[in-house]
Amino acid sequence: MKGGIISIIIGMGIVTYIPRWLPLFFLSRRRLPPWLVLWLDFIPAAILSALILPAILTAGTPRQFEWNRLDLWVAIPTLIFALRTRSLAGTVIIGMGLYWLISRLYP
Amino acid sequence: MVSDFLVSREEWGKAIREGLSAAWPICVGYIAIGLAFGVIARKTGLSPLDIGLMSLIVYAGSSQFIAVGMLGAGAGFWPIVLATFSVNLRHLLMSSSLSLYLRNLSGSRLSLFAYAVTDESFALNMSRFQGGNWGWRPALVVNHATNLTWLLSTVAGGIGGQFIPSGAFGIDYALTAMFLCLLVFQVRGLYHVLVALFSGILAVILSLWMPGNGYVLIASFLAASVGLLLRKTTGRKIEQGENA
Repeated sequence: MKGGIISIIIGMGIVTYIPRWLPLFFLSRRRLPPWLVLWLDFIPAAILSALILPAILTAGTPRQFEWNRLDLWVAIPTLIFALRTRSLAGTVIIGMGLYWLISRLYP
Repeated sequence: MVSDFLVSREEWGKAIREGLSAAWPICVGYIAIGLAFGVIARKTGLSPLDIGLMSLIVYAGSSQFIAVGMLGAGAGFWPIVLATFSVNLRHLLMSSSLSLYLRNLSGSRLSLFAYAVTDESFALNMSRFQGGNWGWRPALVVNHATNLTWLLSTVAGGIGGQFIPSGAFGIDYALTAMFLCLLVFQVRGLYHVLVALFSGILAVILSLWMPGNGYVLIASFLAASVGLLLRKTTGRKIEQGENA
């Protein structure tokens, strides 16, 4: 078991590192075609949205659609705050504070 | 020679200050998730040393949770390694996107940077790079400060995490709040709004019927492609409308 866990960790490390390393190592020395630059410009917005929406609209394993969750209700004022102030630190503090306060008030 | 050293020392000092003051929301979130991971991993039978090694060598939160779950269920080498590969394949897109801003770096620096590309460090560094006034040094500090936080929190969770009350101060929400604000930074026009909406809705639908988090990769790949198509076909008109 002991040797087993170490080899599993090393295997996990290798397959995790390769996708992180390949594009950085090869693309960053190359002149990229304009369409690829445009495409890559959409990637951050797409990834962030694909991370956030399932996290606030679904729960459980397997995932179920659950719209009435604290994560969603706190996201609305947090998003409005972010749009108004464009302050990362402020948004994180507001989000955490609201989440904590509401989970205290309605346990 | 000496003056070179002093210049780079000064630059690194600045980079460390900038990197750390940018990275703290990620660190707060990682403390919460890292402690939780440590507690769960310990319950599954991993020693604090195993936990530390996994956080150091793999350094990818969701795949670590999945691996520990699979270990608990008695899975062996290949199922766990393949699951890890599929869960972490999404970093391919992030590193591709980051490559736009990490030009002319040596291979060893790129390799050191690549090691700590995560959802969070990627999103934060991208928004900084796009805002200008950001370089590879502070970005590298963000990557490795968050990496160190993850390592220490997971080990701390493995040693004594059961004594920490869960949900203290809303730290569980730190990363969601940060992602929300970074998404606001990313949405710089109509196309980005459409791409984000398409990606998010598709991700929700996919997440309901596919296990794991492959939906992130599939939804964002498709959404960015749709965005590119839209821009190529309807490009100029909307662009002019936006500028007006």
